[in-house]
Amino acid sequence: MSKKTKLVDKKGIRTDGRELKDLRPVKLEIGILGNANGSAYIEQGKNKILAAVYGPREVHPRHLALPDRSLLRCRYHMAPFSVQERKSPAPSRREVELSKVIREALEPAIFLEEFPRTAIDLFIEVLQADGGTRCAGVIVASLALADAGIPMRDLVVACAAGKVDGQLVLDLNDIEDKEGEADVPVAYMPNFDSVGLLQMDGLLTVEELEQTIDLALDGCKRIYQLQKEALRGKYLAIREEVQEE
Amino acid sequence: MPFFFESKQIVTPGDLLAEGDYQASGNTYKFDAKIYATRMGLVEYKGRTVYVVALNNFYVPNAGDLVIGKVVEVNLNGWTVDINSPYVAILRASEALGRPFKPQRDELSEFLGIGDMVIAEIIAFDRTRDPSLTIRERGLGKVTHGQIIKVSPAKIPRIIGRKGSMINMLKNETQCNITVGQNGIVLVSGRTREDERIAVLALNKIEEEAHTSGLTDRVTEMIRKEKSGGKQ
Repeated sequence: MSKKTKLVDKKGIRTDGRELKDLRPVKLEIGILGNANGSAYIEQGKNKILAAVYGPREVHPRHLALPDRSLLRCRYHMAPFSVQERKSPAPSRREVELSKVIREALEPAIFLEEFPRTAIDLFIEVLQADGGTRCAGVIVASLALADAGIPMRDLVVACAAGKVDGQLVLDLNDIEDKEGEADVPVAYMPNFDSVGLLQMDGLLTVEELEQTIDLALDGCKRIYQLQKEALRGKYLAIREEVQEE
Repeated sequence: MPFFFESKQIVTPGDLLAEGDYQASGNTYKFDAKIYATRMGLVEYKGRTVYVVALNNFYVPNAGDLVIGKVVEVNLNGWTVDINSPYVAILRASEALGRPFKPQRDELSEFLGIGDMVIAEIIAFDRTRDPSLTIRERGLGKVTHGQIIKVSPAKIPRIIGRKGSMINMLKNETQCNITVGQNGIVLVSGRTREDERIAVLALNKIEEEAHTSGLTDRVTEMIRKEKSGGKQ
């Protein structure tokens, strides 16, 4: 791995001005699409991602329907303009993989067995990408599912941690992801202390990996609180408005 | 007796509501003697039971429910009806004609065509087969006039109100006939367009502010204001 840029300076400040264990600023919005059953939007640093949920609804094509539970279908897609160099709108190998791992991270959270022979369609559209989009995708997707009124065991959160310039850091951005030593995204359900997604790209020792996972889980717990605030916010705003009248 | 919220507080999926010897009722589940919410909504503690009044959900058919649906297909021996639910409903010809169905004599599209709205009751549903409907009882059948509006099925209890208080007020104040389908479809038919417009406005307000208190009074006030032409 060739070093081009200095990613962490002597004071432990990263390229975007954060300290090693800081998260990027997160902005969450709920229910922003009129035609979807549930939707959410996230801005995490320079990431901008939309999620939409349709269903549960009839399964088309019919033969995909499962007799004992609902079918969760997930499409993670990056807009052609979401990255520096135009990306082909056709689903790439990477997008197919991310669709699968995001789906598998969310599946255990949903009471799929309550709605056999139906489908829940989930669309995650990355409008602007700056590293860690699979984690941000999981965060918005679970908010969109909650907004759609789909019963869930817990909200699913995700956050990455990794190693950059020899230091363990939280919530990597694009340049840290590309030029750093390692990136470990983790998806997590806090109520059950269960991990639904764990990947590693790069090199870490066993001890470093353990520390990195702990760091990522800590980030998850912080974002979890933001998710809950965002969900409540949608309805609290109306309630306060009415009380003022 | 650890409760973790106050009644009527807004909770989100995964919120821990209570711990110990409690009964998990609507929109909650129990795991390791802990009760969690499964949907967004307002939490309620009633004695030993804990439940959540959902703010958004979708319609799961239930035998005996009154629903309003749209005919989407005319089949050989009945109709397929979209009832705003994950499951499409089946209306069999014999349940519509009130007599045995003779394929050689009866042309089904003469009774109900594609796009027609019907008020129907659910006869049976068990999630392994599609729900079946009937329109043989009084008050059921094809919709001939009025306006259809769609609300979240979670808000239907609020539109009806405690012992029908809200719906009765709406009917009296707007002079409209209002049929509420449990699936979130509401039929409003009044003598004039203006009456219907006010009723629809009121229903939208109820949906928007379903989770607030003192709603019936505010809606009454709004209707009276609208009737006097916005003056006051």
